[in-house]
Amino acid sequence: MPARRPHRVTMWPVGKFDAVLSALEGPARVVLPTLLGLAVAGCSQEQSIFANAGTEAAQVAELFFVMLVGAVVIWIVVMAMSVYATRANATVFSDKAGTRLIVFGAAFPTIVLAALLVWGLMLMPKLRRPADGPTIAVSGERFWWRIAYDVEGEPGVVKSLPAGGVESANELWLPVGKRSEILIGSPDVIHSFWVPAIAGKMDAMPGRVNRLVVEPTREGVYNGVCAEFCGDAHAQMGFRVVAVSEADYAAFVAAQAEPAAVTSGRGADLFLANGCAACHTVRGTEADGAVGPDLTHLASRRTLGAGLLEMSEENIAEFIRATEHVKPGVEMPSFGVLPQEEIDEIAAWLGALK
Amino acid sequence: MIHSETRDNLWTLIAAPTIWALHFLVSYIVAAAACVPNVAIFQAIAGPRILIAVITAIALVAIGLIFWRARREWKGHGGGSVHDTDTATGRERFLEFSTLLLAALSFVSVVFVALPALFVADCR
Repeated sequence: MPARRPHRVTMWPVGKFDAVLSALEGPARVVLPTLLGLAVAGCSQEQSIFANAGTEAAQVAELFFVMLVGAVVIWIVVMAMSVYATRANATVFSDKAGTRLIVFGAAFPTIVLAALLVWGLMLMPKLRRPADGPTIAVSGERFWWRIAYDVEGEPGVVKSLPAGGVESANELWLPVGKRSEILIGSPDVIHSFWVPAIAGKMDAMPGRVNRLVVEPTREGVYNGVCAEFCGDAHAQMGFRVVAVSEADYAAFVAAQAEPAAVTSGRGADLFLANGCAACHTVRGTEADGAVGPDLTHLASRRTLGAGLLEMSEENIAEFIRATEHVKPGVEMPSFGVLPQEEIDEIAAWLGALK
Repeated sequence: MIHSETRDNLWTLIAAPTIWALHFLVSYIVAAAACVPNVAIFQAIAGPRILIAVITAIALVAIGLIFWRARREWKGHGGGSVHDTDTATGRERFLEFSTLLLAALSFVSVVFVALPALFVADCR
């Protein structure tokens, strides 16, 4: 069977980058791509603390720049002192002068570090104050994100995430200008929830619920990642964050709470007949599995396979047929044994579930 | 000039860092014991913070004493940071100076370890 190449979501044209790379020689081979990589990393709008769209990320960026200035000042002073001692005034120092140099060289960085530490510590309690927006449960699971909107949960109190809410996966919608409370947990191993453009990262720990309060300040679509190595498909455990107005957020959650748009037909029948329902839920049908992502509104999401592929009927079919090829390490087995025609029918149905 | 002098060895050398390590361990355990249950995260944890303040004061006084004593004896042996004599006094002077530097480092470290308890009032 010829392997169809699924359409991948890439940040820049990798092929052209490779061509430029192979043309380089000597140290430039290492230095140039590194500098280019750093520059390109700074350009990415959807996954950067520098192009931030959240109060906490803005604070992190500010903290970074202040720390950078502090580090540069320390570096310059220490270097100036070492140049002074070894070049500008390269004579034998008296013990007294030497001790004075050593004391100052230690005291100056200590004071700068202490000031930075105090400032950093003073920022923290404010970021963690109670939320005024929705409470959303996010469960990091190998290798995707289970999301439940509007859960009833005490902030950070419990050992396991509150049940209920409107279930979805791999795409987190947030209202702009509201402080949303994200309750983060995990049923398997430690993951880490990180949306660089909006907030700092927070670990998802089995047996504990951590909380993160996020406040998007700008509408847009941002990238989220798993920031704690959790297994084979760790790097393919991404998600999208969609920051919208409060009204759009409410409309989205109301739409997600509805049952599936199409609940019968050949695709739905094949989905049930081939056992997909053992792991997946499609509300409005008999499918009520809770192992994998809820697919009730699969086609309303921007990506497929936890931020891996663009959402399209063709990619859904490819994901069903060659799951382990598209996403190595994935827990779902490939269903390549099914006739292509049946896979296409199932994909057509899932692709219609807006 | 010096009334009672310490005979310095490796144990007196690591006394200050040991106090720093113990202070860190106790602070960590106290904070963890208060916050691991993950309940009432907005409730102030005055008890553990007071405890950390007390052990910090004790640790700083102890390290200060070590610093002061090492400094007095180092000065008494002529001070200086050049150690190239293989005499008993030279050895003492070297250990005293090293003890002094380690005590200064430990003092700053204990302050840094205690600072979060000063600014963070609950388990958030």
